[in-house]
Amino acid sequence: MDFESYDVLVVGGGLAGIRAAIAVVETNPRLKVAMVSKVYPMRSHTVSAEGGAAAVLRPEDSYENHAFDTIKGSDYLADQDVVEAFVREAPIELIQMEHWGCPWSRDPDGKISARPFGGMTTWRTCFAADKTGFHMLHSVFQTSLKYPQIHRHDEAFVTKLLVEDGRCAGVVAIDMRSGRFDAITAKAVILATGGLGRVYAFTTNGNICTGDGMALAYRAGVGLKDMEMVQFHPTGLPFTGILITEAVRGEGGYLTNRDGERFLKRYVPNKMELGPRDIISRAMVTEFEDGRGFEGPHGKYMHLDVRHLGEDTIDRKLPFMRELGREFVGIDIVHDPIPVRPVQHYMMGGVDADISGITPLAGLYAAGECANVGLNGGNRLGSNSLSECLVFGAATGRKAAEYVSSAKAVGVKPIDTMLKDETRRIEMDFLNKKSGEERIGAIREEMQLSMDAGAGVFRTREGLAKLTKQLAGLRDRFGRIKIEDSSRTFNTELMAALELDYMLEVAEVITYSALAREESRGAHARRDFPERDDARFLKHTVAMRTDDIAPRLEYRDVRITNFKPQARAY
Amino acid sequence: MAEKRITIRATRYDPEKDSAPRLQSYDIPFSDESMVVLDALNYIKSHVDGSLSYRWSCRMGICGSCGMTVNGTPKLTCAAFLRDYWPRSITVSPLNNFPIVRDLVVDMEDFMNKLKSIKPWIIRKQEVPLGAGEHRQTMDQIDDFRQFSQCINCMLCYAACPVYGLDDKFLGPAAIALARRYNLDSRDEGIKDRLPVIASSEGLWECSFVGECSVVCPKGVDPAKAIQQTKLDTTMRFVLPFGNRE
Repeated sequence: MDFESYDVLVVGGGLAGIRAAIAVVETNPRLKVAMVSKVYPMRSHTVSAEGGAAAVLRPEDSYENHAFDTIKGSDYLADQDVVEAFVREAPIELIQMEHWGCPWSRDPDGKISARPFGGMTTWRTCFAADKTGFHMLHSVFQTSLKYPQIHRHDEAFVTKLLVEDGRCAGVVAIDMRSGRFDAITAKAVILATGGLGRVYAFTTNGNICTGDGMALAYRAGVGLKDMEMVQFHPTGLPFTGILITEAVRGEGGYLTNRDGERFLKRYVPNKMELGPRDIISRAMVTEFEDGRGFEGPHGKYMHLDVRHLGEDTIDRKLPFMRELGREFVGIDIVHDPIPVRPVQHYMMGGVDADISGITPLAGLYAAGECANVGLNGGNRLGSNSLSECLVFGAATGRKAAEYVSSAKAVGVKPIDTMLKDETRRIEMDFLNKKSGEERIGAIREEMQLSMDAGAGVFRTREGLAKLTKQLAGLRDRFGRIKIEDSSRTFNTELMAALELDYMLEVAEVITYSALAREESRGAHARRDFPERDDARFLKHTVAMRTDDIAPRLEYRDVRITNFKPQARAY
Repeated sequence: MAEKRITIRATRYDPEKDSAPRLQSYDIPFSDESMVVLDALNYIKSHVDGSLSYRWSCRMGICGSCGMTVNGTPKLTCAAFLRDYWPRSITVSPLNNFPIVRDLVVDMEDFMNKLKSIKPWIIRKQEVPLGAGEHRQTMDQIDDFRQFSQCINCMLCYAACPVYGLDDKFLGPAAIALARRYNLDSRDEGIKDRLPVIASSEGLWECSFVGECSVVCPKGVDPAKAIQQTKLDTTMRFVLPFGNRE
C-alpha cells in the first residue's frame, strides 16, 4: 500500500499552522510539508480575532514590561522563561507579517499603530482596524500559496495520530469529499488545531473549535496542561455569543450596569475597562447576581457604550463592530449601547509542549491555542494570542525542520495495519452502525449546557462533581448514538460525531482538572476556595489519560525567573 | 398562542444515491426573532435530519463558509434572518455556478486554483530584510486598496456572476479584486507579474459592468470596479505602444 509521505505534517490551517508550515520550508527549502485541515485554511477561527496582536514596537515600551504584564495577567502560572522569549520574538513576527502584506493600521508617520488593551500597561496592541485576525490569516494564507513545498489537504478530518515505535509518524484522515481514509505519513507532526470553545453552549468560537488536536494528543498518551484555565471574555453578544472586541474598551468604551454606573470602579479601580478579562468577567457576573444587570430575552447583560467616541473614531477604528451591531443586533453603535455578557472565548490549557513546541511524544509538536507552552498561565491577556500563534508557530516549524533532517523515514507495514484498524473502528462505531437511538445534537447540547453551568466563570466542588457525573452519563449515551447518514460523500454527521467524541474527552479533562485545583487563580475561580494558594498550587496541572474517564493528574512546578509572585491587583 | 413555525426547503443531493438534486421540506419552530437561516439548518440537523450537509463555522459573517442561495439570492446564511422571510417559506439551495458536492456543499476548488494563479502575495524586486523594520505606509495608501482586502472568499460574487455562469474559465470577481488589492498596495511591485495572468484569462472583456458581484458582496467589496480598472490597466500596459514601462 502506498501512502502520501511528507517530512512535516501540520494539522490545522490557522495562523499557527500556516506560520509553522512556512517556517519549515524557510528553514530547509528541500522539505516537503503537508497541511491537513478540516476546513479551507481561510475559514480557520483565527479569522474571527478582532482587536489586535501585542508586541513591543514603540520606544517607550520594553520587553520587561510586556513580560511582566503577561506574567501578572497569568496570575503567575506562566513559565517566565517562555514569556521572556515570547516578548522578544513577537515584534519580529509582526514585522514579518507586515512584509507579508498584512494591512496594519498606521500612525501618521506610516509606522504600525498600536492601541491600549486589557492588562497591558502601555499601547502595544497592533491592529488592522478591528479585523486583525481576518487580515493576518488571509495575508499569511495567501503568502503560503507561493511555496510549492506546502501541499494542502483541505477538508480532511484527522481521526488519529499514527504512533509507531514510540514516535509520531503521521495521521489517519478522512477526505471529506470522497470519504476515503488516508494514512498520511511524516517524520514530524505539528498540531495547530486551535481551541475547544464548542464544549460550551455560550462561546465566541466557531463551529470548528472542537478540541481535536488536544484530544488526538491525549489519546496518544500526551498530557494536557492547565485545562481548568478557560477564558471567559467579558463582551459577547447575547444569544449568538458573537465577540465584541476588547478594542472597544481599548478605544475608550465604557461598561455600565442598569444603574448607568461604570461598576468596574468596585473591582479594578485603577484599570477600569482595561482590566484583564478574568476579573472583568467575574465583576459582571457578580453584578448580575446582585441584581444590577439588564434583563433581556436572552438573559442578563450589561451595556458597552461607545457613543461618546463619535462616528469618526468608530468608523476608523471599529468599523466591524458597527457592522456586527447593525447586522446581528439591529443597533447602530454610534447611537446605541451594545448589549454584552461574559462568553467562553479561549483555552489557556492545551497539549503539553515546551518553548519549541516539543511534546513528550517524539515527532509530535504543538503550537497555537491547542498547545500549552506555558505562555498564558491562568489568564491570557488580550492580543497575546495572535502573537503567540506566530511566535510559537514559527519556533515549532523551525524545530520540526531541524528534527526531520536527522529522523529516519517511517516504515510502511505497521502504518498499513494501523490504517486498516482505524478504518475498521470508524466503520464499526459510526458509519456502519445499525442500532442506536441517541441524537448527536441532543448529547452535544446537554454537554454544552452542563459545561456552562458547572465549569463557567465561577466554580464549586458540588458543581464540578455533578458535572463529572453528567459527562459520564453523556459518554454512556454517546455509545448509543445513531448515525442517519451512511454516505461517504461529505458526511458532516460523521464529522459531528467524531468532534463530539473529542469534545467529551476534553470536557472531562477540564472538569477533573478544575475539581482538583482547590484555589482561585486567573480564570479558575472557586467559590469554595476564593484565594490563590501558591503553597499548594503554584503548579501546572498535567492530565494523563487512563482507562477510566478520570485522568491521572500530575503537577509540575512553574518556572519563575525574574518576577516573584505577588498579590494581583489592578 | 400557537408556536410560530417556518418551512425550510433545502436541496438534497447525495451523488451516491441521487441522479439529480431535489428539494426536501422541513417545518420547524421559529422560536426566536434573532434566528437566521443557518440556525434553522442547524435545528434541522440536530433535531430532525442528521444527514443534511452544509458548511459553516464562525456565524458572524467573517469566515465565508456559509454562503448559499436563499430564495434565489446568494447570501451568507448566518446573516439571513428568518423574520425577513416569514411567513413565507424559505428555499435554501447551493450557490449557483458551482458543481454540487453534496446537499448544500459546492465544489470551490476552481476558485482556490484561481486565487493562487493571481499571485496573491507581496512581490518585491528586492526583499527588505526584517531588521530594517516595517515598510512605511500611510492610511491614505491603505485606503487605495482597503475595500479589496475585505474579501472573505465566500463565493457569493461567483454565484451571481453571469459571465462565470457561462464560462468557468473566467477568473471571476473575487480573484480579480484580490489581484487588484495587491496591485494597489504601496508595498507591492508585482503588477507586471499579475496583469498577464488576468489579461490572458477568458471573460475579462465579456464582463459588461452589470455589477451583480458588487450587489451581492456581504463585505462591501466592489469587484465590478476592480474589473473595470483592471481592463484599463491591461490596456495601458499591453495595448498602447508606450505601455509596459516602469
